[in-house]
Amino acid sequence: MLRLSGRGGAGLRAAIALAESSPGLRIALISKVYPMRSHTCAAEGGAAGVIKSDDSLEHHFNDTVGGGDWLCDQDAVDYLVQQAPRELIQLEHWGCPWSREPNGSVAVRPFGGMKKQRTWFAADKSGFHILHTLFQTSLQFPSIQRFDEYYATDLLVDDGRCQGLTAIEMRSGQMRHFHARAVIVAGGGAGRMFPFTTNGAIKTGDGMALAYRAGVPLKDMEFVQYHPTGLPSTGTLLTEACRGEGGVLLNKNGRRFLQDYGMGPETPLGKPVFKTMELGPRDRVSQAFWHEQKKGNTVPTQWGEAMLLDMRHLGEKTINERLPLVRDVSISYMGVDPVTDAVPVRPVVHYMMGGIHTDIRAATPLAGLFAAGECACVSINGANRLGSNSLTELLVFGRRAAMSAVGYLECGRGAGNDGALGALADAAQARIRALIQRSGGKESVAGLRKEMMQTMEQHAGIYRTGEGLAEACGKLADLRRRYAAIELHDRTNVYNTDLLQALELGSMLDCAEAVAVSALARKESRGAHQRLDFPERDDKNFLRHSLAAFNPSAPPRVDYRDVVITKSQPGVRDYSGGHQ
Amino acid sequence: MSERQVELEVLRYNPETDSEPRFQRYSVSCREEWVVLDALNHVKETVDPTLSYRWSCHMAVCGSCGMMINGEPKLACKSFLRDHPGVIRVEPLAHFPIERDLVTVIDDFMAKLARVKPYLIPKQAKSVEEGEYLQTPAELKRYKQYTLCINCMLCYAACPEYGLIPKFIGPAAISMAHRYNQDSRDGGRAARQEEIAAGEGVWDCSFTGACSEVCPEHVDPASALQQVKIKSTVDWYKEHLMPWLKK
Repeated sequence: MLRLSGRGGAGLRAAIALAESSPGLRIALISKVYPMRSHTCAAEGGAAGVIKSDDSLEHHFNDTVGGGDWLCDQDAVDYLVQQAPRELIQLEHWGCPWSREPNGSVAVRPFGGMKKQRTWFAADKSGFHILHTLFQTSLQFPSIQRFDEYYATDLLVDDGRCQGLTAIEMRSGQMRHFHARAVIVAGGGAGRMFPFTTNGAIKTGDGMALAYRAGVPLKDMEFVQYHPTGLPSTGTLLTEACRGEGGVLLNKNGRRFLQDYGMGPETPLGKPVFKTMELGPRDRVSQAFWHEQKKGNTVPTQWGEAMLLDMRHLGEKTINERLPLVRDVSISYMGVDPVTDAVPVRPVVHYMMGGIHTDIRAATPLAGLFAAGECACVSINGANRLGSNSLTELLVFGRRAAMSAVGYLECGRGAGNDGALGALADAAQARIRALIQRSGGKESVAGLRKEMMQTMEQHAGIYRTGEGLAEACGKLADLRRRYAAIELHDRTNVYNTDLLQALELGSMLDCAEAVAVSALARKESRGAHQRLDFPERDDKNFLRHSLAAFNPSAPPRVDYRDVVITKSQPGVRDYSGGHQ
Repeated sequence: MSERQVELEVLRYNPETDSEPRFQRYSVSCREEWVVLDALNHVKETVDPTLSYRWSCHMAVCGSCGMMINGEPKLACKSFLRDHPGVIRVEPLAHFPIERDLVTVIDDFMAKLARVKPYLIPKQAKSVEEGEYLQTPAELKRYKQYTLCINCMLCYAACPEYGLIPKFIGPAAISMAHRYNQDSRDGGRAARQEEIAAGEGVWDCSFTGACSEVCPEHVDPASALQQVKIKSTVDWYKEHLMPWLKK
C-alpha cells in the first residue's frame, strides 16, 4: 500500500501514474481538503512545455536556469524540459480544455523570462482546468481510495524508513493510522506565513513541516517569490499572462518604469518582446516596484502603494477571451474594469522556490519518502521560478515520484514492526490530545499567527538586511516557544477548525523559521533573495543550496550542498532586450 | 476608509453538544468593501474561534465556501457586505446534511459526480507520442462553459427537485456528463447515458432554471439538462419506433 499526503495537482498526477503502472497497488490519497479545493485551482497563466517548431528544449533549459540565477540543478531542469511536452499532451488526452489555434492545435502564449511562446493555457484558468482534469481522470481508477478532509499530523518512521502516517479525520475528530510501504508528500506551499499573499487559506506548509520534523531537510527556503501583480485590496493574483498578452506596468507618472531597472529599452505598446520590459522575470519586476516606491513614484491607494497594470489597449474582446478571470476579479474586488481603466497592483507573496529536499527522482533522503509539487525542492526553480514552470513541475515530478516509489516498492524491504509503528502513532495521538486538553495557556492561535505574519512581512520581504533577519530569527524562535502555551477554545471532535488552525500555525512557524534562518545565513543577493547589506551575487561562497535541518527546541542548523551544473556556467542575467 | 457595524446571524450546530441547530448573533465592525467571508473570518479571529466553515481561495475558484446568505445559495467570498444592508443571515447550503455549523456533508454530490463518468473516454485512442488531438476553437466552444463548474454545489441548494427527490443526480453532475458528451475527442456518451437518462437522471428535472441563476461561474446547467433530455428522447424514439436503424 502506498500513501499520498496532499492532493493538489502533484498528488493526483502521482496517484494516476501509480494506478496506471501498478493496478494491484492500493493507493490512499489523504488530504485536508477535497481534491477540487486544492490550490492548484488558483493557478491562472499556464504551463510551459516546448511544442512549437521555432522553440527548442535548449531554449527552455537556458531560460529556466538563467531565470533561477543559476541555483537550479541542471540535471533536474533537463529532465523537466524533456518531459514537459509529453505531460502536457497527456493532459490534453485526458480532456484538458487547452485554448486552441484556428487549425485545432494547442495554442501557447508568451510568459515572463521565456525566450519563445511555450506556455500552454486554458484561458486564464489553467491551473483550475489541470486540477479538475486530473481529479476527474482519477475517478476511473478503483485502486485510488480517497480520504477527503484528513489532516496528516506525523510521518511514521521506523527502522530508518517512512512506513506511513497518522491523520485526523475532520468529520469525526478521530486519529487514523495509515501503514504504508511508501509515502509521497504533495502538500503544497506555505505562503500563508505572510499576511499579503495570493495563496489560499489552506497553504500553510503542512507537507513541508511533516517531512522536516521527520528529519528531512528543507532546501533553499530563503527563496520566496513575490508575484508582481496582485490586487492591493485582497492580494488576489492577476496572472502574468496579462503582460504576456501585452499589458504594461506604469508608475504614477504614466512611465513604463521597468526600462529604468535594466529591463529596457521600452518596447512598442501592445507588442510584447520576449524576456524584456513587462516580460522580465518576477524577481526583477517586484524589486523594481520596491525601488519605485522608495523614489515616491508609486500610486497611493487605500490599501497601500501600488503601480498600474494597463490592459486597456488589448480591447474588450481579447480581455474577455484570454483573461476573463482577471476582468472578473478586478471588477469584483477592486471595482476597476481593465477594459476601461488601469488596475492598481502590487507585489504579493506567491510561491516557495524552496521545500522538501529531494533528488532528481523526487526521493527524499529518508527511505520510503518522496515529495513533489510546491512543497518539494528538486530543484528546477533555483533562486527564482519562471512563471508557468510550476504547473509543469507538478506534472513531471508528480509522475516521477510515483515511478520512483514503485521502484522502491519493487526492491521490497520486509514488513514493518507493527509494535513500533503503533507506539509512534500513539505518541502522535497523545500530542494532539494534549493540545486539545491544555488549559491555562496564555496564547491564542490568532494572536501568534498575526505576530508571525508581521515578522515575515517586515523582515523577510523583497529586500532584506542581516539586522532585520536576525530580529526575525529571534522573534520566530520566541513564537515557537510560546506556541507550546496556546490554548484552544474548542475541545469538541467534529470538524474542529480551532484545532486545525492551531496545527497549521505549528507548520507555518517551523517553515517560517527555516526561511528566516536560511536567509540570514545567505550573505549574498541572488534571484528572489536580496540582501541590502550583501547586494552582489557571490558564486564563490553561495553557489550552493541551503539545507535547514529541524531541531524541536532550537533554530535549524543550516548546511550547504553544491548545485548540479552540467552545461551552463553562471553568467549575467540579461533582460535588457539587447540579446534579442 | 469606511467601516460599518455588521450584524451576522449564523446557524450553529455541533452534533456533540447541540440537540438541534440554533442561530447565533455576532456584531462586528467590518470594512465596507469586505465580503461575507471576510466578516466570518473576522468573527473567528476576534470573537468566536469555535465557528466552523470551509474556505480557501477567496477568489471564487476553489468552490469551498458555498452557503445560504439571506436565504440564497452564494459563495461567501463573492457576497459583498455592501449588497446586504441589514442583518445578514448565514446558513449552511440547503439540501445537504449539516456536519457542523456551516460545514455540510457532501458525500452525495461526490458519489453522483463519480457516477456520470466525468472523464474523457476517447473516441479514438492515441498514444502521447502521436501528439495532441486537434480541436478547433469552435469545437472547444461547444463544451467549454460546462468545464467551468467549480463543484460549489450552489445549484443543488437551489434545485427544487433535488430538495424533493434526493436521488436526483442533479445539475452539476449532469452538466459534467454533458461537458464530456459534447467534447469532439470523446466517445463515451453511451456509457454515461445509462446513468443520466435513468430514473433519477435527467427526467426528474422540472426545468425551473434555478440552477443556472445561482451559478457563480455562469455555467448554464439548465441548458445542459434540456439538451440531454432532448437527446435522450431521440434515443428512445430511435430504439423503439425506428428499430431498423440498428440493422
